Amino acid sequence: MVSENKEIVRMEGIYKQFPGVLALENVDFQIYEGQIHGIVGENGAGKSTLIKILTGALQPTSGDIFVDGKKVIISDPIVARNLQIGAVYQDLTVARDLTVAENFFLGQIPKNRFGFVSWRKMAKKTAEVLKELNIEVSPNMILEKLTAAQKEMVLIAKQYFKKYRVVIFDEPTALLTSKDTEELFRIIKKLKKEGVGIIYISHRIEEVFEICDTVTVLRDGKKIACVPVNETDIDGLISRMVGRDISDMYSITHQKLTEEIFRVEGLSKTGVFKNINFNVNRGEIFGLFGLVNSGTTKIARAIYGAEPFDQGNLYIDSKKIRITSPSMAVANGIGFLPEDKKTEGLAIKLSVRHNINLSSYPNISRMGFVKGKIENRNARQQVKALNIKTPGIEQIVINLSGGNQQKIVLAKWLVNQCKIFIFEEPTAGIDVGAKEEIYKILELLIKKGSAIIMISSYLPELMGIADQITVVYEGTQMGTLSRNEFDEKRLLQLASGVNLKEDNIR
Amino acid sequence: MIKDKVKKMMAKTKRITGRFHEMNILLVLIVLIISFAIMNNRFIGFGNITNLLRSTSIIGVVAIGMTFVIISGGIDLSVGSVLALSSVIAARLMTSGVPIFLSIIISLVAGAIAGLMMGVIIYEARVPPFIVTLAGLSVFRGIAMLLTDAKKIIGLPVSFTNFAIIRVFGLPAMAIVWLVLIIIGVIIARFTVFGRNIYAIGSNQEAARLSGINIRASIYKVYALGGFTSAVAGILMTARLAGGSPSAGSGYELDAIAATVLGGTSLTGGIGGVFGTLFGTMIIATISNGGNIMGINPFVLKIIIGVLIVLAVVFDHLQKRRGI
Repeated sequence: MVSENKEIVRMEGIYKQFPGVLALENVDFQIYEGQIHGIVGENGAGKSTLIKILTGALQPTSGDIFVDGKKVIISDPIVARNLQIGAVYQDLTVARDLTVAENFFLGQIPKNRFGFVSWRKMAKKTAEVLKELNIEVSPNMILEKLTAAQKEMVLIAKQYFKKYRVVIFDEPTALLTSKDTEELFRIIKKLKKEGVGIIYISHRIEEVFEICDTVTVLRDGKKIACVPVNETDIDGLISRMVGRDISDMYSITHQKLTEEIFRVEGLSKTGVFKNINFNVNRGEIFGLFGLVNSGTTKIARAIYGAEPFDQGNLYIDSKKIRITSPSMAVANGIGFLPEDKKTEGLAIKLSVRHNINLSSYPNISRMGFVKGKIENRNARQQVKALNIKTPGIEQIVINLSGGNQQKIVLAKWLVNQCKIFIFEEPTAGIDVGAKEEIYKILELLIKKGSAIIMISSYLPELMGIADQITVVYEGTQMGTLSRNEFDEKRLLQLASGVNLKEDNIR
Repeated sequence: MIKDKVKKMMAKTKRITGRFHEMNILLVLIVLIISFAIMNNRFIGFGNITNLLRSTSIIGVVAIGMTFVIISGGIDLSVGSVLALSSVIAARLMTSGVPIFLSIIISLVAGAIAGLMMGVIIYEARVPPFIVTLAGLSVFRGIAMLLTDAKKIIGLPVSFTNFAIIRVFGLPAMAIVWLVLIIIGVIIARFTVFGRNIYAIGSNQEAARLSGINIRASIYKVYALGGFTSAVAGILMTARLAGGSPSAGSGYELDAIAATVLGGTSLTGGIGGVFGTLFGTMIIATISNGGNIMGINPFVLKIIIGVLIVLAVVFDHLQKRRGI
């Protein structure tokens, strides 16, 4: 039996500064042998930043990390691996086309006396470990052929096999059924018994109560609390997670909402989201809020035709429309700003001019020929209006800074003159000044009578600028609140799937 | 002061010629021509130059379609086989008494359909273009061989085969076809929505899709265009050989890719242009022709061309890294 309280890792006074954002501020964190330590917090509270620092993917701006009481510098993920700290989802040594056994032995494949690979020895050892953990997978299966749940179990087993001392689970149950989740918990408990320190991150708060011993609450990069789970409850945790001031920064001039411009009825996609209904008015900013993997982005992409859906109808100006591809959405006056602007929004080898006009060519051409003058004018206008810093409109986008690249993706939709905009995390990863500029643009758009559907995982921002917010939890629409009903705690409860039967949810 | 002026001038030339790389490659071409002309005055002779243009026109036409396909982020290995297929179709039709003009039209349509079919498979089944067009290379060559029993079709009307000989304003008609297609190609690339979309897809297909560009239509069109230019080359080849040859154009895919890459088009898509390909084609042709006249071993010439292709791409990468 291992002693319950031998410390493995201690993080002290961790700060992490990103351009324009302090992601972590003086955070302390410890993990002991045989402990399951949960980390909870809203999106953007700093959970993944903390984990990335522990696994060497990021370097802290300041602060110390100790392993077994000795100070260490985790300069990259390999150092973390050598310290026997591993994260199930960030395992870099996974070869999906090889067998389970090969994955276990990757880098140290055993040889037989002739110098050839000893498949027998590998399979035998692997089978032993799998059996010990009660995982019903053959060592000779190709990893890619396993189900999501099996893959996850195998990866955990590998960390067990490698005798990792700290294993990090980041949203491990996101893709699992409840039966698989039980299985996962059984294995986690087995690891705990063996003295492994476990860090468990999940937005499903009830899971934290089911499996964790201790829970740390982060909010805005600060450690708010670190308490044993039996000394708190769901309400207590959520209260600690919220409580931020909604500063004036997020206030914009709202428009009087007049007529409906867009309506979604009974939108469903099996296993992803079901029966989503909402309507958006001219001049409205409509918020779509959910925690990690809630399905909000999937809903937005389904509306835009970027991903298929099974059922449901879309209406523009009360007329039913059919959208099965982004080009049809654009033809109907819908624009879409993806969250990952660089990889999904920009053609970085092309010029500023080309990128700004990317979605507008059908509108600025005759008989298939582009009207060059209008094209240039569009580009110049946007460069000026959005204050894009570039030597000229012929500049190749790859040479511009990240902030200016983001503006170009936005500019693409501004020249297109859409009626309905879908914005996925429009202010993610940009500094305060640029955020202000984005809010100004949103103001301008709604003033002109456009409607904006905004997906944001940052609640204070959404509460500041949205006229209505609908909350989605695991593909289910939990409720829609309008501006005068906004309440951070209530929204977060809805987003966490906490039942509020008696409450008057519309 | 002077620096600013130079910068301004460079920016202007850049606007006119498209990409800076095309200027470099044009410079290489001019240097090559001048040095061959100095070393041997037979090279610069009118007869030799027009001959050079005529013999290069066929691969030059193939390389135009190839350029578009590569800009879109794809590749077309079937060009030589489509060339042969359209050659035997045109020849078979003409020898069966179908009017020349109609035979040519049918053959061109056949080439475009061959390309379109590959485009459909590439987009709908999401099979990599390399695989689909590799299969096309085999299938279309096979069909051409089947149609002719692997024999050359001869006995074409003289009014057709004369096309390989006649000159317009002193230039070989075949070269004029090539140059006209170059101009059309430049217009498509620079001034049409289709052209813009092809660059966008080649640079970032997902971004293009989410911007509302119809990827399906663009992919269909670009491979149909590749098939079409191969068919045009097939017609030119038929006139030049005075017959439909099922074995014509083998290996042309690699020559066309070489010319395209040498001309500054990026194999990863999104960057390049038809002018560059014109210069790339001319450089390869000039080296073989000039080298032959000078009596340089043709195997050595092959090595030189290979080295040049690598140098061009390395130079391009270095320039990009410096952020020019």
